Amino acid sequence: MKERIVCYFSAAQSEQPIIYRLVKDYDLVINILKADINPQKEGYLVVEVEGERDKYKQGADFLKNLGVIVEPLSETVVWHEEICIQCGACPSFCPTEALFIDRETMEVSFDNSKCVVCGMCLECCPTRAIQLHFEIKEAVR
Amino acid sequence: MPKTYEEINEKIRRGEAVVVTAEEVIDIVAEKGLEKAAKEIDVVTTGTFGPMCSSGAFINFGHSRPRIKMKKVWLNGVEAYTGIAAVDAYIGATQLPETDPENKVFPGRFSYGGGHVIHDLVAGKEIRLEAIAYGTDCYPNKKVDTVITINDVNEAFLFNPRNAYQNYNCAINLGDRTLYTYMGILKPRMGNASYSSAGQLSPLLNDPYYKTIGIGTRIFLGGGIGYVAWNGTQHHPNVPRGENGVPLTPAGTLAVIGDLKQMDPYWLVGLSYIGYGATMAVGIGIPIPILDEEILYYTTVKDEDIWCPVVDYSEGYPYGKQIDLGSVNYRDLKSGRVTINGKQVVTTPQSSYPRARKIAQILKEWIQKGTFELTRPVASIPSADADIQFKSIPERSPNGLTIKR
Repeated sequence: MKERIVCYFSAAQSEQPIIYRLVKDYDLVINILKADINPQKEGYLVVEVEGERDKYKQGADFLKNLGVIVEPLSETVVWHEEICIQCGACPSFCPTEALFIDRETMEVSFDNSKCVVCGMCLECCPTRAIQLHFEIKEAVR
Repeated sequence: MPKTYEEINEKIRRGEAVVVTAEEVIDIVAEKGLEKAAKEIDVVTTGTFGPMCSSGAFINFGHSRPRIKMKKVWLNGVEAYTGIAAVDAYIGATQLPETDPENKVFPGRFSYGGGHVIHDLVAGKEIRLEAIAYGTDCYPNKKVDTVITINDVNEAFLFNPRNAYQNYNCAINLGDRTLYTYMGILKPRMGNASYSSAGQLSPLLNDPYYKTIGIGTRIFLGGGIGYVAWNGTQHHPNVPRGENGVPLTPAGTLAVIGDLKQMDPYWLVGLSYIGYGATMAVGIGIPIPILDEEILYYTTVKDEDIWCPVVDYSEGYPYGKQIDLGSVNYRDLKSGRVTINGKQVVTTPQSSYPRARKIAQILKEWIQKGTFELTRPVASIPSADADIQFKSIPERSPNGLTIKR
């Protein structure tokens, strides 16, 4: 199985080689997507974890036992209207019409509630006005 | 009674000129008829805003102390061509930094290139300027590494060798894998159809025989004022045309020039085409003086009357294979779906219609306010009666060596 998770941890936990243990003891493939650790050594890790189902569960339990808060990654797509040049390419790649083109004005709009974060639009935008945003809790930033 | 440029300019100066956009003119003529409308309307404004790779800017940086004759020069790490006078250079829209990973990990991202440099320059941002030289008695300096803005340079003018293509291909992919092209992402097995033209708003589609657009024509360029300098590269006016005079394939092009210092970053935008490269979107608007009924007639062209060829980009375009896939019109392309080979295909625009519309509107306002007068071309560009051969690179053997294929 493969999951994307966010791990929030405190200074005491960041002293420990968490990723090493996940790889060594639980045979998990870890891909760090984003990480931020502040000078007080608190922070978060966004990781993609891949491995056997029971190993994955044991690894997650290991993190929880250490006091690391583990949550599924919630990603959102952000459309930067001020960067967008209204070329209109993205709606033809959007499977849910979250990116929608008004055929009268040929203007593009974005409805976040319809977006399933498939990421198809990220590549086709020549101005990079569409970006993926990882939702990270403010409290632990 | 035909009008003259001078009569129209006189009305512009008095604030009495009747100016409409290339969209508005369609309904006006449908209602009033050509004869009456030609008397009333003085100018029709057009617009287009899309990726135009053959674009770039000449810059004179001024001299360093001691002076330098630049051998190589970079702006934010993007090389500009300086094989001209000491501190003159040309930064091209598609140039990439040497450090760009290109397509080594396919498809590449091409996040920053010459078009982005030009956008940042026009936006007044600080740009790192690096140059090297071998040093001469008159130009002893061998290295420059500093930070500049557009206000620090002597001249900066856009000079785009090929813009405002008169019509363009509709790109599809007949192959089995996704293609990453200058027409954007093309999904396999005809998963989408990409097109790039402002259609009924596009300058050269409203003056298909270049009767008013020629060398010296004053235009809207990148948010400022520019001029048509020449016909563009690959200008090919003698292609098949419809009864309305509109080319059925890509045809005419324009070379344009204008002072970058009075342009606006909103109308010159760096673009990154995944798997292809970097380029720049350029905003162009051209006024068409309504000298007579014939010229007015051409401006009434509608999206449904403009047809473009469907071209396969898996084999047809890159390898020059002739595959007849028919034609589609811009009304259908803009509707979001076209039928190709009996199959419904989703369409992907590359050229911004909302911004083309905005340009036509801005140009209309400039003329109405009297801040923009029309110019009679000082010379014409070759039209449909020209005998221009569309050439390719010849395959010959340098030094008599034969290349075995």
